[in-house]
Amino acid sequence: MIEFALSALIGLFFAVSIYLILSKAIIRMLLGITILGNGVNLLIFTLGRITREVPPIVPDGLLQPATTTANPLPQALILTAIVIGFALFTFLLVLGYRAYQELDADNTDNMRLAEPENAPRPPLSY
Amino acid sequence: MLSDLDISICLIAIAPFIAAIFAPVVQRFCAGMTGWVLSVVPLSIFVFLTSFIPEIAGGGFVYAGFDWVASYGLRFSFFIDGLSLTFGLLISGIGTFIVLYSGAYLEGHHHQGRFFAFILMFMGSMLGLVFADNMITLFAFWELTSITSFLLIGFDNVREASRRAAIQALVITGGGGLAMLAGLIMLQQLSGQWNISGLFQYAGVIAEQELYLPILLLILAGAFTKSAQFPFHFWLPNAMEAPTPVSAFLHSATMVKAGVYLLARFNPILGGTVEWGVILSIFGGVTLLWGATMALKQTDLKQMLAQTTVASLGLLVMLLGIGNEAAIIAVVLYLVAHACYKGAMFMVAGSVDHATGTREITALGGLGRIMPFTLAAAIIGVAGMAGAPLTVAFFAKEEMYAALLHDGLSGLLAQPQDLLAIAVILVGNALMMGVGLAILIKVFFGTLKPTPVQPHEGSLSLWAGALVLGVLAVFTGVAIGWTEQYLITPVASPIHNLLVNGQLYLDLTLFTKPQFYVSVLTWVLGVVVFWQIDEIRTRLRAFSRVLNWSFDALFDWLMFGLVRLSDALTRFWHHGRLELYLLVVFVGFAAAVIIPLVWENALPPMPELTALPFYEWSILLIAAIGLVAVLIARTRLVAIVSLGIQGFAVALIFLLFGAPDLSFTQFMVETLSVIILALVMTRLHLDQRDSRIFQDVFRDGGLAVICGVGVTVLMLAVLQNPLDMRLSDLFAATSVPLAHGHNIVNVILVDYRGLDTLGEISVVMTAGIAILALIRIRGGGPQTGAGAKKPDSRGNRTEKAA
Repeated sequence: MIEFALSALIGLFFAVSIYLILSKAIIRMLLGITILGNGVNLLIFTLGRITREVPPIVPDGLLQPATTTANPLPQALILTAIVIGFALFTFLLVLGYRAYQELDADNTDNMRLAEPENAPRPPLSY
Repeated sequence: MLSDLDISICLIAIAPFIAAIFAPVVQRFCAGMTGWVLSVVPLSIFVFLTSFIPEIAGGGFVYAGFDWVASYGLRFSFFIDGLSLTFGLLISGIGTFIVLYSGAYLEGHHHQGRFFAFILMFMGSMLGLVFADNMITLFAFWELTSITSFLLIGFDNVREASRRAAIQALVITGGGGLAMLAGLIMLQQLSGQWNISGLFQYAGVIAEQELYLPILLLILAGAFTKSAQFPFHFWLPNAMEAPTPVSAFLHSATMVKAGVYLLARFNPILGGTVEWGVILSIFGGVTLLWGATMALKQTDLKQMLAQTTVASLGLLVMLLGIGNEAAIIAVVLYLVAHACYKGAMFMVAGSVDHATGTREITALGGLGRIMPFTLAAAIIGVAGMAGAPLTVAFFAKEEMYAALLHDGLSGLLAQPQDLLAIAVILVGNALMMGVGLAILIKVFFGTLKPTPVQPHEGSLSLWAGALVLGVLAVFTGVAIGWTEQYLITPVASPIHNLLVNGQLYLDLTLFTKPQFYVSVLTWVLGVVVFWQIDEIRTRLRAFSRVLNWSFDALFDWLMFGLVRLSDALTRFWHHGRLELYLLVVFVGFAAAVIIPLVWENALPPMPELTALPFYEWSILLIAAIGLVAVLIARTRLVAIVSLGIQGFAVALIFLLFGAPDLSFTQFMVETLSVIILALVMTRLHLDQRDSRIFQDVFRDGGLAVICGVGVTVLMLAVLQNPLDMRLSDLFAATSVPLAHGHNIVNVILVDYRGLDTLGEISVVMTAGIAILALIRIRGGGPQTGAGAKKPDSRGNRTEKAA
């Protein structure tokens, strides 16, 4: 069954993307997030069951599809997900780029503006 | 429906809050007259309350209120009986003088309006507390008194001592209040009654329940913290950081009595048991001795009074613990006596401070000639502290001794615990009397000493309140018959749950009773204490230097410990290393995927691999190659191209399996992503290689593999089960007839899930705006290509929806 093969591939998508996201380099994290998005889309697609080569389109003149078609619901969900994933990708890219410009760092170890290494301790007084 | 009576009784508690809102405005327009104007509010409450006296004195009750959260049976309800009416009269009566006094005491203070607002809010909370019938209403007002007291203690918020005292009071009384809430809820669970008035029918039943002891301890925690019982007593002397009107009102006459009120209120419900008697007597007795001793140590007038207040509260709690008829009468009398004379004494102390600029007893002397009215108030006040004949305090002392002398002197000797109790009360009273005498004689008699400010008599509003309260304390003593009819019987009866008849007379039979001679002994001892007060003080101070420990230090240690603990916790979890945060997230992810599978024993069987067409195999292989290539790419261009490979492979999978729409969109998005990424990346000087050390590679790689395998296994498990196709079938069946669209996916997007798609467009638009903002800030330059992305993503959208 194709679903089993796809499941294995999706596992690989998850493994690779998680490994990339755990990196300290912003750009590798970005690649990881993009791949994770693809993996999740494929996961939804596969779990909606696979039907080969029959798109969910009603032929002209008919009121209902003549044969079994691919499951349309996951496709609609994924279409939305792809577009939103792309918006997220561009935003993160620009954010990473600006962070690189401002902080001169693409390594999260050097991005300590919000959580500085020696943050002030809370005052022990009233 | 709400009757007029309901509304007016609820207004007793609410009107001061309304007045508080307008207090700053009134202050702006009336300036020096503000105190006189605002005192109308408590005065009218007082007058309104007096109208209930005939009915309540006749043994009646008044109920009022309206539904609050009806579904939980909660009412915003009040009831008036002798106990609450007396408290209400004390609060509004003393409150009237306090508002007047504050007008003069804080004249010209730039936050005087705020002060009036706080004190009126406090008064409303306190009135609500004593009249509350519903226990949740009681709790709400109880905590409001804690909060308003916090605001008042910390009124002078530029001083650290003031802030510390405020926090201390809030933590201790607020914490006790929460314990009390738990106790009240348990009580409700046990009885099904939210109303205190409804609980009286369970008198004696509650004490036989298993939950009695927890309920008792929790409610006592609330009462003891509020009424400054040992070992929670230390916040009260510190609260003297507040302006003197606050000390006079909250920390002598009203708020600290809330705990005593609570105990008195619950005496018929929870009292009368051995536990009640033992706990209250011991804690009260220790507090009495501790407070009275500490008072001797002080030289600051307010501190001396504060410590005697702690002692008095201990005495009241102890008497409630003894709990027989005479003891309850003593509680009622002492409650009124103490509220009057201690309120008066605080106002005297404030007037002295106001007139001379110091409160140090060693720096004061001979003020009697200059401040005759204040002197008069002080004499009456100290007479109250000493329990001198003719004052109501005298009868209070007679009754408390009588409570323990019920079997005469021989009976007393046979009861060691009664003997101990009477000794404790005697010593405590004598010590307090010594302190009172010291204040009166050292401050007002002797030679005049130089003070920071040239002493002068204060204005009418500074001494009138003290004098009236003092006179009241004497009047209730002289007219003891009247007091008995209108005060003792109506108040003591609900506490004791039986009709109480005091039989108090001011006549020659006094000399025949044994308690009179105990009183005489008290006076003798009190004079001795006064005689030796300097010596005692020196000894006590030397002792506390040796001891070198205090409850204050313990409190600081606990509070700072809490701060340190939260700091350590924050640093442990919030360390600022992003990859570790993500590690925690993915460990959680792996656990969430795998543990239920193993736990439910739902691991799928190994699937049979069937032959696939070669082109399907090759697409899967291309995707895998693309993924691995991204991982091991040496240069960023290779990485970008590899990213494109896996993306196009996904698009091909969509195309092969009947999803052309997805495929087109995916192709478009991947192409754009690769182009944009290439454009941006060439502008960055990035590290070429992943710089993880071996251990990290092992850790991250291991976690990634576990997650990946987990997802695969989870999918296999899910694929074992049939899919619910109802929704998809519905869409397929209705797409043409209802929505007149042949492409089912597009129909779902624009018709069935149109609102969802609108949300999607909003997300894209927001991202575009955010990108624009990111670029515009400090002019990074829109030529990066990011600015061009927004229309592209919209272009995608239109094609899809078409």
